[in-house]
Amino acid sequence: MKKPNLHAVTCKLAPVIAAALFACLLQTGCGKSGTGDTAGGGASKQVTIQNKGSDTMVNLAQAWAEEYKKVAPEADVEVSGGGSGVGIAALVKGTIDIANASRNMKPEEIQTAKKNTGKEPKEFIVGYDALAIYVHKDNPLTEITLDQIAQIYMEGGAITKWSDLGVKIPGTTSDEIVRVSRQSSSGTYEFLREHVLNKQDFKLGSRDMNGSKEVVELVASARTAIGYSGMGYATPGVKMLKVMKKAGDTAYEPSVANTLSKTYPIARSLLVYTLGEPQGAVKKYIDWMLSDAGQKTVEATGYIPLPTDARTKP
Amino acid sequence: MSVSLTPKPLEQSLAVRKAVRPVWAVLGERGLEVLIYLCGISAIVFVLGIFFFVAKEAFPILSNKNFRLSQFLFSDQWYPTSEVNKRYGVLAMIAGTFSVTALAMLIAVPFGLGAAIYISEFCGSKVKETLKIVIELLAAIPSVVWGFIGLTVMSRLIVKYTGTPVGVNILNGGIILALMSVPIIVSIGEDALKAVPDSFREAGLALGATRWQLVWRVLLPAAKTGLLAAVLLGVARAVGETMAVLMATGHAVHIPHGVLDSVRTLTANIAAELGEAPAGSPHYQVLFLTGVLLFAITFAVNLTADFIVRGIRRK
Repeated sequence: MKKPNLHAVTCKLAPVIAAALFACLLQTGCGKSGTGDTAGGGASKQVTIQNKGSDTMVNLAQAWAEEYKKVAPEADVEVSGGGSGVGIAALVKGTIDIANASRNMKPEEIQTAKKNTGKEPKEFIVGYDALAIYVHKDNPLTEITLDQIAQIYMEGGAITKWSDLGVKIPGTTSDEIVRVSRQSSSGTYEFLREHVLNKQDFKLGSRDMNGSKEVVELVASARTAIGYSGMGYATPGVKMLKVMKKAGDTAYEPSVANTLSKTYPIARSLLVYTLGEPQGAVKKYIDWMLSDAGQKTVEATGYIPLPTDARTKP
Repeated sequence: MSVSLTPKPLEQSLAVRKAVRPVWAVLGERGLEVLIYLCGISAIVFVLGIFFFVAKEAFPILSNKNFRLSQFLFSDQWYPTSEVNKRYGVLAMIAGTFSVTALAMLIAVPFGLGAAIYISEFCGSKVKETLKIVIELLAAIPSVVWGFIGLTVMSRLIVKYTGTPVGVNILNGGIILALMSVPIIVSIGEDALKAVPDSFREAGLALGATRWQLVWRVLLPAAKTGLLAAVLLGVARAVGETMAVLMATGHAVHIPHGVLDSVRTLTANIAAELGEAPAGSPHYQVLFLTGVLLFAITFAVNLTADFIVRGIRRK
């Protein structure tokens, strides 16, 4: 007796299900066309600013774009990464408005820009970034030279043990240096490779963390570890080493003051470039980056903001 | 007696209903049949579609003059973004994936099958219900939470009890993956044991077998295809897991020499690097080729399982 009953129920339900499905289809269809209309209607007043370059700055650029949208809803800032070189190449070709770079433009790039577009690239310093070398808080080491960092991290580098640096880590018998690094797509990884390893490759076998914060966390948990990350990520479990250019020089700690005075050796300026003097919406956007509001975002994303006297007044 | 009486009225009522069945009901049923058919074949369409997409992104690298397939498979030198000498070897990652999976299975298979046998054969109904609910809860924990446990709790325990400097390593990843695969092995294994007819158990007990003899000599052989499926689903879970191993294994390109070494798995490497590899670059294509490799590994695992299961059935 049960089977035919069930069958009957399914038959009765079928149109209901079909109707429900149909209604769903209709609704999604309407929703889509609705959003399409509003976007099309608003597009006439919108200004789009193309922004490309440094991977290190891509988070900052994205945060700026989002914050700026709140101040100036008519401006759409399109941000993409690829590296400082990619951004500069696109600027030289004239395909973007603003290039982000964590290095200065090379003289030949400036020449090409002049030849291609007849305009001189203009540079703006929009913030600073200091790279801190972290060790465990109980590590007796306090200073390190750039060459020692290179020998620790570089492919074929000679330093593999803490005794090579003349220290013994308390609380453990292990002497091997545990290298904590970043994944190869990280801007921080490229910065260390470019400025400390002289473009040589890293030693394989380092623990490659997926974020600046994870590096510091791992160093805090492993007594024999060394890692590099932005200075903003310091925690009580780790110690930032003072860095000197070469043995015998004064060692400087990573701090806002030492970064601004350029005495800390692994700090750099964060730059943006435009072709010629920026005009209109692009000028307004760069002025905003350099204002207190834009510099607040620099600080919030973990970089060092400009000193107050270098900022623009609104 | 009553059964022999029912057919007549049933047939009559059916005939009546068929006669009054409206057109929309017939069409509706057809429509639903088509819909269910589409759902059925969609799996094939999706699998093929995904394979073609991944392969399309990956295969241009094979004609790149800086890339050799032998280097990809047999070199541990992974330098996709080098400025002086780009090298694309994933051997260290293959070793990483296999070592973590093997350790996970070494832990998870005895525990999982043991738990399945206990739940299915030995415990009372109240304990059974509680255990099943708790094990299902274990399966519901997101992998990123497992990874977090590995990175914080487990790594500290490993450092404390083994004295190794870094707690994120094969042991950590293996334990986390084992904990993730146990619920799958338990629930599917328990289903397989439950599917063995009770007459087997009754016959065994009637012949004077102890409960242990019954499990070992009767139930395990009878349920072996189901149990094998349980184990292989556990393996597939372990090979494909990404987030937890990314966080728990230490992510070091390095061929391991012991369970306390850090490794990087194929999946974790893709997850960590694909986001920022420029689309269409050799690095991007190599990562997709790694995807094809993973696809091939899981396909091989499934195919072997299929052959084993068929072999067992034929016997």
